[in-house]
Amino acid sequence: MALPDRDLQAAIAATRFGLGARPGEIAAARSDPRGFLAEQTVAATPAPTRALPLARAEALQSFRQAQSAFLRANRRQSREAQDLRPEVVTQRRALREEINADLLQRASHGATTDHGFAERWALFWANHFTVGAGNFVRTATIGPYEAAAIRPHVFGAFTDLLVAAETHPAMLLYLDQNGSVGPGSPLAQQMARRKDATGRSGLNENLAREILELHTVGVDGGYTQADVIEFARALTGLTFRGFNSPTEQVGETYFRQIAHEPGPRTVMGVRYEVQGEDQAMAILRDLARRPQTARFISHKIARHFVADTPPPALVARLEKAWLGSDGALDQVALALIEAPEAWAPAPTKFKTPYEFMISSWRAAGAAPRTPGDLSMLTAMGQRPFYAPSPEGWPEDEAAWATPDGLIKRLVWTEAFAPRAIGDRDPSEVAAQALGARLSAVTARAIAGSESRGEGLALLLMSPEFQRR
Amino acid sequence: MTRAHAPVPLALSRRRLLGAGAGLGLGLQFIGTAAFAAQAQRKFVLVILRGAADGLSISPPIGDRDYVGLRRDLAITDEALRIDRDFGLHPELKSVHRLIAAGQGRIAPAVAMPAASRSHFAAQDRLEAAAGGDVSSGWLNRAMTSLSARTPVEGLSVGPVAPLVMRGPLTTASWSPGRAVETQARLPMLIQDLYANDPVLSAALGRGLKTEILAQANLARLAQDESGDLSPAETARLTRTLMGDSREAAGRLGATVAGFMQSAGGADMVAISLDGFDTHANQSGALTRRLAYLDALVGGLEEGLGAGWRDTVVLVVTEFGRTARINGTLGTDHGTAATALVLGGALKPGGIIGDWPTLRAERLFENRDLAPTTDLRSLFKGVLAEHMGVDRRALDTAVFPDSAAAAPILGMV
Repeated sequence: MALPDRDLQAAIAATRFGLGARPGEIAAARSDPRGFLAEQTVAATPAPTRALPLARAEALQSFRQAQSAFLRANRRQSREAQDLRPEVVTQRRALREEINADLLQRASHGATTDHGFAERWALFWANHFTVGAGNFVRTATIGPYEAAAIRPHVFGAFTDLLVAAETHPAMLLYLDQNGSVGPGSPLAQQMARRKDATGRSGLNENLAREILELHTVGVDGGYTQADVIEFARALTGLTFRGFNSPTEQVGETYFRQIAHEPGPRTVMGVRYEVQGEDQAMAILRDLARRPQTARFISHKIARHFVADTPPPALVARLEKAWLGSDGALDQVALALIEAPEAWAPAPTKFKTPYEFMISSWRAAGAAPRTPGDLSMLTAMGQRPFYAPSPEGWPEDEAAWATPDGLIKRLVWTEAFAPRAIGDRDPSEVAAQALGARLSAVTARAIAGSESRGEGLALLLMSPEFQRR
Repeated sequence: MTRAHAPVPLALSRRRLLGAGAGLGLGLQFIGTAAFAAQAQRKFVLVILRGAADGLSISPPIGDRDYVGLRRDLAITDEALRIDRDFGLHPELKSVHRLIAAGQGRIAPAVAMPAASRSHFAAQDRLEAAAGGDVSSGWLNRAMTSLSARTPVEGLSVGPVAPLVMRGPLTTASWSPGRAVETQARLPMLIQDLYANDPVLSAALGRGLKTEILAQANLARLAQDESGDLSPAETARLTRTLMGDSREAAGRLGATVAGFMQSAGGADMVAISLDGFDTHANQSGALTRRLAYLDALVGGLEEGLGAGWRDTVVLVVTEFGRTARINGTLGTDHGTAATALVLGGALKPGGIIGDWPTLRAERLFENRDLAPTTDLRSLFKGVLAEHMGVDRRALDTAVFPDSAAAAPILGMV
C-alpha cells in the first residue's frame, strides 16, 4: 500500500491522528509526518501522589457534611433544616466550580496543545476506561481520575494503566465496588451476628463484569458468569477511604481485609491460591496479558483512529506490536503510526461532537474560555463527563451523523463562526486547517461566502472537516 | 401461580380478513391494499429503557409468595397500584395504571430476547438488531423498509444519537429539543450543496431541516399560537420546558413527539430511549425518578395524540431484567427476564401476556434470575404484523432473521 504524498500525510497526521490542525501545524508536520507523531509518544506527566488532590477532597467532604447535616435535620422534620440549606447550596456551588474547571482545563488543553496525537490517544484510553458522571459527587472525581490514573500511563505498560484505572476511587465508586462485601468474610459474619442484616452488605459483581467485558478480554473473551462471580469475590475488600475519613485520607484506595472473601479463586481456568489484596492484582495482571485482551483492544484502537470497520491487516499489526511488547502502549502507538492502512487518503471517521468542537477551536486558533462555551455538547448528545454507560461514547458514524446531530452542529457553528473568525480571511484559515485535504468544492464555496463568519461556518460544516 | 397467556378472541384482524378474502376468491392484492390503506394512520412507539430496568419493580408480582423474601427492603407491596391479585404496578406508573384499567394496557412480565446476555451492550445490540451477530441495522428500520415497498412510512428517533433499532436502509428522522435553525436561510442551503457527494451527510441534513419545520409548527401548537409563527424568544422559552428530568418536561416532550406523529407526512414509527435504569445501588430513589418520567411521557403521548391514540401502540422494553434477589448495596444486579409494557388505544383488553414462571427457588434461571417465558421477538412480531401490517414472511426472515420459531403473539390489537 503506497502512502499518499507528503502534503496529504501532513494533513492526515494533524487531523486524523491528532485533534485537528492549529494554524501552522500542518506545515510543522510536513518534513516528517510520522516523526511528528512519533515524538509525541512519550509519557508526559508523572502520576500525582494523591488520587484526589487535597483541595478536591476538602471540597467533597465539605459538601457531603453540609448535605448530611441538612438531611438529618430534614428527616427529624426539624426547623433547623431550613437554616442548613444555604450551606448545602454554597458547598454544591463550590464543587460545581471545581468540576467546571476540570472540564475547561481538559477542553482548553485539547484546543491548544501541540501534541494533538498524544491528547487523542489519552482521550481514547479515558473512554476505554470510562467513568461516567451520574451523581454529583462522582462527577467531581472524574477530572482527578483522568489526571492520576489515565494520563500518566497511556504510553506505558497496559498492566500499569489497568491497575491504576481499576483501583482509583472514581472507578470504585462508579462500578459500585466500594460497597462489595464477601458473603463469607468476617465483616459479613459480624453483621449477621449483630442482626444488622439491612441488606447493605453483599457481593457486587459490577466492577468484575465490566473489567472482563469492556476493559480486558472483551465480551467474546471466553469468560462465564461463574468467572464474573469468582473475580468479584477476589475484588472484595478493594475500596477507598470515604468522605468521613480525615481529609488527607479521603479517596485513598485501601484493602479492607475484613470485607474480603477468604479462600482461593478460579478465574478463566486459572487458580489463584494467593490471598488478600494480591489475589485481585494477580488476576488483573493475568487478564492484561491475555491474547484476547490484545485482540479486543487492538481492534478498538484501529476502529477509533481509522474506520468504523477497520482493515484486518491494521488490527493484526497492532495486535502483533501489543503481544511482542507485552502491552507496551508506546510500541502499539508507534505500530499505528507506521501502519500504511492508517494513512488511507479517504477520511471515513465522522467526528464525535467533542472532537468536532475541539477541532473547530483549533482551526480558529482559539480555545474555550468559560464552561458555557462547552454547553452545546450536551445538546449534541455528548455532555462532557456524562458517558451514557461504562462502554463509553459510541464511535461510529451511524450514532453521530444523525439529522438532529447535524442540526445541532449547524446551530453551534452559526453562533461560533462569526465570533471566532475575527478579521482573518476564511480561505486562509481553511488552508491551514485542512491543508491538502481541503476539496476544491469547499474552497470555492468559502471563497464565495458573503461574510467571513459564513466562510468559517462553511469550513466547519464541510464534509472533509466533519470527517477525519 | 402459573397462568396461561389468556388468549383474546380475534376479531376481524387484517390477517383474518386476508384469510377470509382468499376463501371467497377475492384477489389478495386488492384486500391487501385496502387493508393497508385503512392502516395508514396506525402508529407505533417503541420506548427502550436502557440499563436493564427492574421488571420486579415495574410490575411487582404482589401475589407471588416468594417476592417479599427475595426483595426484602425493595419489595413493593401495599403501595403498588393493583392490576389484579397477582400483579401491581410501581406507584409512579399512574398513567400506565389508568390505561390498564381502561383496557388499553397489558403487562408482559417475563420477556427476554433469546440467548440472553448479561452485558448491557451486547444485550442492547441484540434487542435492537435482533439479527444474530449482525449489528449493522435495527429491526424497526427493517420493518419500515419492508412496509415502505407498499406504502410510504416515516420513522423518527428522539435524541441526538440514533439508536441502533432505527438504523438501516431506510433514512429516518431524528429530533431533540434545542435552539431552532432558520431552515430557509442561506447557510443551510450552501451546506446542502457541499454535501452533494456525501450521501450520508446529505440525507441526514435534509431530514434534519425538514424535521425542524415540523418542530416549529409543533411548538406553535403547544403554545396554542394560531399564526404558527413564534418569535425566536418564545421558541426558546417553549423549548426549555421540554428539557430536564421532571414529570412536566416528560409530559411536554411526549406531547411534542405526538405532534410529530400527527403532522402530514409525520412519523409512523418512533423510537425513544430513556436511560438511567442500571440500579446496582440504592435502587428505589433512582427508579422512582425514572419511572415517573416514563409515566409522564406516556401520558403526554396519549394526550398529545388525542383521537390518534386510538390507532397507537406503545411498547416499553428493556435489554434484560435484574436479579430476583437484592444485592448487598440495596440494588439489584444484571438478570434475565424483564417486564414489557404494551399500551395504546389500539389494544384490546386482556390479561398478562405470556406465562408467569413464579419466583420459586427451583424456577429461578441459573438460581438467580426471573426465568423468561416469552420471546420478545414474538411480542414485536405480533404488534408489527397485526397493528402495522408488516408482512408475516418478512417478519420471519428480513425483519427478524431465522425467527420462524418465535411465532407472533396475535390478538393484542
